[in-house]
Amino acid sequence: MKILVPLKRVADPDNANKIKIAPDGAKIDTTGLEWKPNPFDEYAVEAALRLTENGATPKVRGGEVVVVTFGPKEADTTLRQMLATGADRAVRVDTTDDALDGSLVARALKALVEREKPDLVLMGKQAVDGDSNQVGQILAELLGWPMATFAATLQEEAGALLVGREVDGGVITLRVKLPAVVTVDLRIVAPTSVYSLATARTHKYADGVRFSALPAIMAAKKKPLIEVPLAELSPDTSLRIAYSKFEPPPVRKAGVKVPDVAVLVDKLVNEAKVL
Amino acid sequence: MADILVVAELAEGKVKKTTHSAIAFARDAAQGSGGTFSILALGAGVAAAAAQLTGFGAAKVIVADDAGLAGYVCERYAPTVVAAAKAGGFGVVVATASAFGKDLLARVAGQLDAGYAADISQVKAEGGKLAYRRPMFAGNAYGWCSIDTATQVVTVRQSEFSPAEPSGGASPIEAFAVAPPCAGAERIEFVSFEQVKSERPELGEASVIVAGGRALKEKFKDVLDPLADLLGAAVGASRAACDAGYAPSDLQIGQTGKIVAPKLYLAIGISGAIQHLAGMKGSKVIVAINKDADAPIYQVADYGLVADLFQAVPELVTAVKAAKGA
Repeated sequence: MKILVPLKRVADPDNANKIKIAPDGAKIDTTGLEWKPNPFDEYAVEAALRLTENGATPKVRGGEVVVVTFGPKEADTTLRQMLATGADRAVRVDTTDDALDGSLVARALKALVEREKPDLVLMGKQAVDGDSNQVGQILAELLGWPMATFAATLQEEAGALLVGREVDGGVITLRVKLPAVVTVDLRIVAPTSVYSLATARTHKYADGVRFSALPAIMAAKKKPLIEVPLAELSPDTSLRIAYSKFEPPPVRKAGVKVPDVAVLVDKLVNEAKVL
Repeated sequence: MADILVVAELAEGKVKKTTHSAIAFARDAAQGSGGTFSILALGAGVAAAAAQLTGFGAAKVIVADDAGLAGYVCERYAPTVVAAAKAGGFGVVVATASAFGKDLLARVAGQLDAGYAADISQVKAEGGKLAYRRPMFAGNAYGWCSIDTATQVVTVRQSEFSPAEPSGGASPIEAFAVAPPCAGAERIEFVSFEQVKSERPELGEASVIVAGGRALKEKFKDVLDPLADLLGAAVGASRAACDAGYAPSDLQIGQTGKIVAPKLYLAIGISGAIQHLAGMKGSKVIVAINKDADAPIYQVADYGLVADLFQAVPELVTAVKAAKGA
């Protein structure tokens, strides 16, 4: 199986409290923030590796995993990180970070999919900076492919995937024939979430994403990474959504500490009147 | 002026409460832009649900009822939403940003080549043009955005739009033919919907939530269930508790999990990571019980109790029982 994994670098979500808004509110100031792969996309890479191997022999790739990102030269770092975990090739669509929206990324990815002809596009359900949750769905629409969003489990069948989607109140199971677009949720990296045809159903993965050993990091420097100008994939680089202003979230004022349970219950009953 | 089309979320022939937040948005936005709003009820066997939707002041309730829509598959629903939007000349298509809304409306936006503002928290009209405010960066910044395409697609954050109450009146019902499915729909098969059986309310619909963190360890259920049962509360969890396997992942509250805003939120053994706070700080009253007096959760809690939760929660159960009995 050939899998294309689009991924985005984002400001480290665990340091998001350092996000600064320019004084005039016109933009988010990302200087000094540490870049990381969007966690959901990182999970998609892990899921792609699991789908292209026998879990018992994870160093042998039984398919091809191509990672793609959009951004300036510095975004190569993020691609190299993914090549070190086991992806085979990388593509960087050259552009600046702020010249993009979900629609444009989807339009450019469509052109890339037509070149690469993967069996599956696997990606995170959303990026944790813009939190827009839309590229996978729009891409599926543009390609005329079936989609399954918020995947928590993936099981390979001959020419198809059985996908468990986490939705409100339960799990929807869909069977999608390839090629298809699948977006992944947090639980996709749990020990028994993903099974390729080659992996025994008794196999259990380590929880989370795999680490890259130093030799793999060195080897990743030699793996192919090509650069494609954005306009070559999408001559129309117009945006569908425009941001005019950013502002900090309202501050919720801290309340009081109570000495014991009795006072807490008294406050909830008589002051807050919520019990 | 823009007329607004609300895509209702239905389940088992009933209107889900999420729909009421999208209606609340539509009322605001229609008023601000000088238009009207209508509601689309689509699915299999939706007549009763459509009837429930006639009391909200919509210009009309558009009903697309077809046996082929049993079991939600985006590829079968999206074309009918698009067709209804085009037929009615709607300027804005909206749903609530539930799993259903987020899955469906992004694809609808793709089909309409429309700009899509996801998970918005506020709308305002400036000179008849709508501007949307969205929480971004795990809730650390809000962005104001606008869309210039002929149709705009929007999903609204349920916790930020108080559910619309019925306003009386009876909107006319209009039958609408279901459109053929998307290309590729024949390659997708709905296998099953496995509902999580619970006596408790869903997180998005609960007025009280008892949420636990990693500190509960294997005692997650033992400690929280008696309190949740007593309060008729939904149970939630921090991402740390879910990642550690102490709670199932569908209970996760946070920017990338469920976004909630109940009347009362009890955070038990939750330290208060940024992304967790982003999912619950809209709650009306927040109570935190944690051993660590410096935990960030206390910065948003109305009432904080620094205590060992394994003692404090059972005490709380006893005290609440006594207070309710009084």
